[in-house]
Amino acid sequence: MTAPAKDAPEVDVPRVRRSELGHVLRDTVRTTRGIVGLGLTGLVLLVAFGGPFVAPYDPEEYVTAPFAKPSALYHLGGDNLGRDVFSRLLCGGWQLIVMAAIATVIGVALGAVAGIYAGYRRGLPDTVVMRAVDVLLAFPQIVFALLLVSVVGPRDWLLVVAVGLSHAPQVARVLRASTLDVSERDFVKAVEITGVSTPRIMIGEILPNLVTPLMVEIGLRMTYSIVIMAGLSFIGFGLPPPQPNWGTMINENRIGLTLNPWAALSPAIMIALLTIGLNTFTDAVTRVALGVDRKEAALAVAGPSLVAPPAHVASTDTGAGS
Amino acid sequence: MTTLDPATPAEVPTAPKAPHPIRELLIQRTLLGLLTLFLVSVVVFAATQVLPGNAAYAVLGQTATPDSLHLLEHRLGLDRPAIEQYWTWLSHLLRGDLGTSLVGQQRPVGSLVWPRVLNSAVLVLLAGVIGSIVGVLLGLWAALRRDRPTDHVLSVTSLAVTSLPEFAVAIGLVFVFATNVFRIFPAVSPIPPGEKPWDEPQMLVLPVLTLVVVVVPYIFRMMRAATIEALESEYVEMARLKGLPKTAVLLRHALPNALPATIQAIGLTFLYLAGGIVLVEYVFAYPGIGAGLVDAVTDKDIPVIQFIVILLAAFYVFMNIASDVASLLASPRRRIPR
Repeated sequence: MTAPAKDAPEVDVPRVRRSELGHVLRDTVRTTRGIVGLGLTGLVLLVAFGGPFVAPYDPEEYVTAPFAKPSALYHLGGDNLGRDVFSRLLCGGWQLIVMAAIATVIGVALGAVAGIYAGYRRGLPDTVVMRAVDVLLAFPQIVFALLLVSVVGPRDWLLVVAVGLSHAPQVARVLRASTLDVSERDFVKAVEITGVSTPRIMIGEILPNLVTPLMVEIGLRMTYSIVIMAGLSFIGFGLPPPQPNWGTMINENRIGLTLNPWAALSPAIMIALLTIGLNTFTDAVTRVALGVDRKEAALAVAGPSLVAPPAHVASTDTGAGS
Repeated sequence: MTTLDPATPAEVPTAPKAPHPIRELLIQRTLLGLLTLFLVSVVVFAATQVLPGNAAYAVLGQTATPDSLHLLEHRLGLDRPAIEQYWTWLSHLLRGDLGTSLVGQQRPVGSLVWPRVLNSAVLVLLAGVIGSIVGVLLGLWAALRRDRPTDHVLSVTSLAVTSLPEFAVAIGLVFVFATNVFRIFPAVSPIPPGEKPWDEPQMLVLPVLTLVVVVVPYIFRMMRAATIEALESEYVEMARLKGLPKTAVLLRHALPNALPATIQAIGLTFLYLAGGIVLVEYVFAYPGIGAGLVDAVTDKDIPVIQFIVILLAAFYVFMNIASDVASLLASPRRRIPR
């Protein structure tokens, strides 16, 4: 069950080099959690992206009775309007996942730039970035997304931007903490003396040392992106209705739970498998990269973050040695 | 809080040491909190009234005529400069004048939202308290049984459950407890207007249970990690070697040092709940501010959206200060000015 014990000294000094990415991933896949997480994620991705090619019916066509029980022809029965649940399930994932992935990239990129800049420059830039982070953190993520779509209405690009933006402050906090740690090291000081420009130090010296926290953040944020995107579709702020979408499907079909439970349960199960898979894999990466029990705290702290965690929490933050 | 702190036994209190850092922190955090709230109000205002095109048109949609558009623009103050609009809005808000809803009978925003605040508060409080107790106990149990089957089962379960979306948990619970397997609890919880949530406790069961299920794994993991860290420390080893009974080691030496992290986790849990109620209230048609926000966004009822979002942000800021102060109070070592 437990991750293979890596050479002990690595725990306190996260010496992460470019090649470390490969090492961490390889070690992760060798752990039970890593392989289970990867397997679940892969399975759901396969269904979501392969599904549209093998769906037996048009997902928007009315082919059976509303909430018909599953049968040989309609494997998961009919939905609220008599469309084939199985076909809708096969076709209703990929857009959700693509949108969540883009939102994750936006959020992690923005957060990483802000966090690394704040952590490396300190002083005024740090204060400004961290104040902005405080302000954005005061909005629960789904509330922030709802606020942004409230006037314009749900548009694909706006949903993606809203979810991405809502990730940025938390990513910024985590990466700022890691950057503070890295930028104190001698090799950074040495390069500074040679007069290399700030952006080049940030990209060339600091970023390569943040590979592990970045990987963990990408995994976490992807999980949250899926949860929030599906949640937004669920409450009616996703893609417009005729298109199949796992989040929308749950909501459309939950009134028929007693008639054909699969219509609402199967998309919920797909979303659950995907988030469990992603989170399990991310957890395995964290365990491999940092040691075993301490990172559970780090992972937990990396979730909804406090404005200023007290020292003992900060010390367990991703990447920072205690 | 008179927790023993083995790490600083030699510190004889020469001056009354306790209140200083806390008062300082409280003042500093409160000021920062007010600044944050001010900026929050700017963001809320900008997102709903200034930035994306014309709010009046968005509200009226297809039915907009030039006349109705003008009327609504005037009512929302959209025909004035943004700064002036903001100032009017903020000063009204601070005086408690929340405006009127744009839809239905155009009731005052306050009378629409405050009853919902009570409903949501009941939900959050119940879920937070029950979730914290369950999470802390399970975390302790797992830490004490570290690497044994109990611990593995609990840890793996928590890892799986912690990543589940609220609405998936809700649907699962409805399936099991309301519609298909057992039919014990109502599948929806629409507390009628005028009634209090505690008048119909059976309606609270599934919404609270959903939030508890989502919240427990997080507290569990923090508590387990914190306890394990405390149990591995040298002072606990010392206490054990002195021959203290197991319970004394745990209660007097290990637990007090796991407390601050646990309080942080509980604080974060309440912060999470502020967002978590949105989907859960919607699923169960529970008339709280979360469901109210979804309705308001659907109807583009801008004054209601603005007020609910600001309420949630204010709750966040307040909880943040409270949990920082509480965790400071719980860690004696950090109370001493350095």
